[in-house]
Amino acid sequence: MRVTIPSPLLSYTGRRDVSADGATLAEVLRDLDRQYPGLRFRMVDEQDRIRTHMRVFLDKDELRDPATPLHPAATLHIVQALSGG
Amino acid sequence: MVARPSLALLVATRKGAFILKADASRRSWKASAPIMLGNIAHHMVQDPRNPRVVLLSMRTGHLGPTMYRSGDRGRTWQEATTPPAFPKAADGQKAHVLDHSFWLTPGHASEPGVWYAGASPQGLFRSEDGGDSWHSVTGLNEHPEYSQWMGAQENGTPDGPKLHSVLVDPRDRNHLYVAMSSGGVHESRDRGATWKPLVQGLAVVEGFPADKLYVHDPHCVRLCPSNPDRLYQQNHCGIYRLDRPGEQWLRIGDNMPKKIGDAGFPMVVHPRNDKVCWVFPMDGGGVWPRTPIDGKPAAYTTKNAGKSWQRLAKGLPANQAWWTVKRQAMCGDTRDPVGLYLGTTSGEIWASRDEGSSWRCIARHLPEIYALDTAEL
Repeated sequence: MRVTIPSPLLSYTGRRDVSADGATLAEVLRDLDRQYPGLRFRMVDEQDRIRTHMRVFLDKDELRDPATPLHPAATLHIVQALSGG
Repeated sequence: MVARPSLALLVATRKGAFILKADASRRSWKASAPIMLGNIAHHMVQDPRNPRVVLLSMRTGHLGPTMYRSGDRGRTWQEATTPPAFPKAADGQKAHVLDHSFWLTPGHASEPGVWYAGASPQGLFRSEDGGDSWHSVTGLNEHPEYSQWMGAQENGTPDGPKLHSVLVDPRDRNHLYVAMSSGGVHESRDRGATWKPLVQGLAVVEGFPADKLYVHDPHCVRLCPSNPDRLYQQNHCGIYRLDRPGEQWLRIGDNMPKKIGDAGFPMVVHPRNDKVCWVFPMDGGGVWPRTPIDGKPAAYTTKNAGKSWQRLAKGLPANQAWWTVKRQAMCGDTRDPVGLYLGTTSGEIWASRDEGSSWRCIARHLPEIYALDTAEL
């Protein structure tokens, strides 16, 4: 499926549009990490929780549960909120 | 001909890392371009066993923590394959999430690939492969009394509770010390498998029970290279010395001028003389501003293991200086006379080429400085 990458993670992928495989959000994130080692831990903590300022949308619907099934025709958008200064 | 390495300062700041290189006289310093600008750099340390290697602990405000490694003296950087992380918690167990690696310590000279990382929240991690992959030191991180030692995370220091001052006895690779804010000082004789608290004699904030480890707040502990049986400590509540095998810390800060007190963050020890150390007192009165007393910054040194102290302020701002020097932001080199360096929360670096007798600003307008360490690059 198509995955869009926010600028803070471009150092891993080198481009904004990438592809990853998986039937669930968790599987897609693992496939992204296989392709771009290190990326997953920057957005998912060691307890498998998506980090506070990371957001993931399937088209326009926000996902919080890593077990959410994904439709391969949809686009997964990884978004990073900004706060602080 | 191989050029002699330059003395350098490894500068970790809230907005990235920098390397300052000195000329042979240590008078002139040149700063590098920012390294990973915008990332929060917590500690950058050279490997004395392999000087080409430098480790750099980083995170951003939003991405998870990670570790970078340079194999060419800081020119290029590679991310660790497996950065420090707590183990995945089993159902019903308390789940720890690493916020950042706060402190880096190269391992013993006989273990070339070993590094230690102290973390926030309190945790200890070890690498056996030069910093590429990291493992939880379960003897500490899964200690049955972990919660009683560390207390609640929300009770930690403002930037998060942390494990720091990881010390390796140069005579015995199995002999380690760590300190925790909060959690006290602990010692291991078996390379981290088991730990024993070492807090006798340390004061705690008035009204709190000193027998509870979670109220102990050591700020910085250093081991004397010239005498590994001697430790100095800057604590939230005073300056201390410990001579092993004794277990009773002696409050040598009682000998500081009463108007100055003995609050502060960093502790620097002399590389060749165990009677000499330096501190940088901060205002610990009232609501604890943690700024130079009366806005007049000064280092203090003892040359007799804490029996008396001398003020070292020549060249530092005479007044109206309200910055803070954090616990990792003061260090010394190994030259003779010893050079001293301190970084401020306002982004200045001050240096002394004469063991603190006089100071000069060698960098300004940097981001908030978290840590300074010397290197030969």
